[in-house]
Amino acid sequence: MRRRLIVSIVISMAALVSAPGLSLAQTWDSAGLPASAFQPSPTPPPPAPRRDLTGIWDAGNAGISGPGHVASPFTPWAEERLKEMKPGNGPRAVHETEINDPLNTLCDPAGFPRTVLYELRPTQIVQTPNQVLILYLYERRWRVIWTDGRALPKDPDPRWYGYSVGRWEDDFTFVVQTVGMDERTWLDNAGNPHSSDLRVEERYRRVDRDWLELTVTIDDPQAYTKPWTPRNRLRLKQMPPDTDLREWICAASEAATYRGVVAEQNKGK
Amino acid sequence: MVRDMFFAIVLMAAPLMPPVPLAAHHGGASFDVGKEVTLKGTVTEWIWSNPHCFLKIDVKDASGALTRWVIETQNPTTMTQGGWSRRMFTPGDEVTVTLEPYKNGAPIGLVRSIILPDGRKLGAGGGGAPRPPAP
Repeated sequence: MRRRLIVSIVISMAALVSAPGLSLAQTWDSAGLPASAFQPSPTPPPPAPRRDLTGIWDAGNAGISGPGHVASPFTPWAEERLKEMKPGNGPRAVHETEINDPLNTLCDPAGFPRTVLYELRPTQIVQTPNQVLILYLYERRWRVIWTDGRALPKDPDPRWYGYSVGRWEDDFTFVVQTVGMDERTWLDNAGNPHSSDLRVEERYRRVDRDWLELTVTIDDPQAYTKPWTPRNRLRLKQMPPDTDLREWICAASEAATYRGVVAEQNKGK
Repeated sequence: MVRDMFFAIVLMAAPLMPPVPLAAHHGGASFDVGKEVTLKGTVTEWIWSNPHCFLKIDVKDASGALTRWVIETQNPTTMTQGGWSRRMFTPGDEVTVTLEPYKNGAPIGLVRSIILPDGRKLGAGGGGAPRPPAP
């Protein structure tokens, strides 16, 4: 028994050292790829399949923070909104007990596009004949991207994750347009605001078999004086197809416990 | 033999552990970034929970008085990537923690590294590719 354990450990370690990348990812309860999976590979991966984004993708730490922290070209309307927002990240971050980010304090949904601008953890993409489904590890939520040629709704009721349509611009580039986002969501963890006029474009470029690039452009004339690009060619790597992803759910009861512990330790300070 | 193998694995895995991904952590403004304090204490509770896990330890000062410190970590997903787990502590465990303390003097700190009762040292969690520089 002990001998078998040692043999299996040696085999696992050999696999780990000899083949950085796909073989490094644990296939059960996986939190994502290890850093070594993002090293350049000595041989280039095979070409990408045509019109195919299916797989489980991970941007590593690059997906977990976000350059949405950058001070953006705010309109006076956005400057007013900013005064109400007390974020826990970014250049305007406040002390823990003063944070009023509804995702942190109440576990309100992150919403879209925040879910791709911060905490973009491993994400599975599924294609059906008329939809692309994006399944996020973070919050264990999903989006539907319609690919049946329908137009975006003219006056959509707001949704936490908006309403999305997508089309193939060429065999390797899938472009998604999203409208109808709920104004209660923050654009990102830095507390940047958005209005209900927000339109978001996501460009997914399948570079080769192993890599996908994501570019996100924000267009919200009520909040920003010009369109801007918080994600620019963010690289996501394909995970092994048998990867079982962990859960990451914001539970209101857990958030309350967290805040209670912090408040208790801060008493009298 | 098994024990030796175990340490060998830890040593081999050590270069895979990246620096602390503090940017993922909300509430970072509360911590005295760059300041490090090392505390030796006894575990009273390990809360393996979102949004961030807490390790509570009792620390004795020179006069023998106990202070209950709360050591904050990242979330379970990120900690799992750094080799931490749900069942890794039992109340009564003696640990040595290096942390970034709160600026306001409250006995809270953000973990930088920990030495477990068996002598293993773990970093502050995390994995994956490094972040791109801010534009």
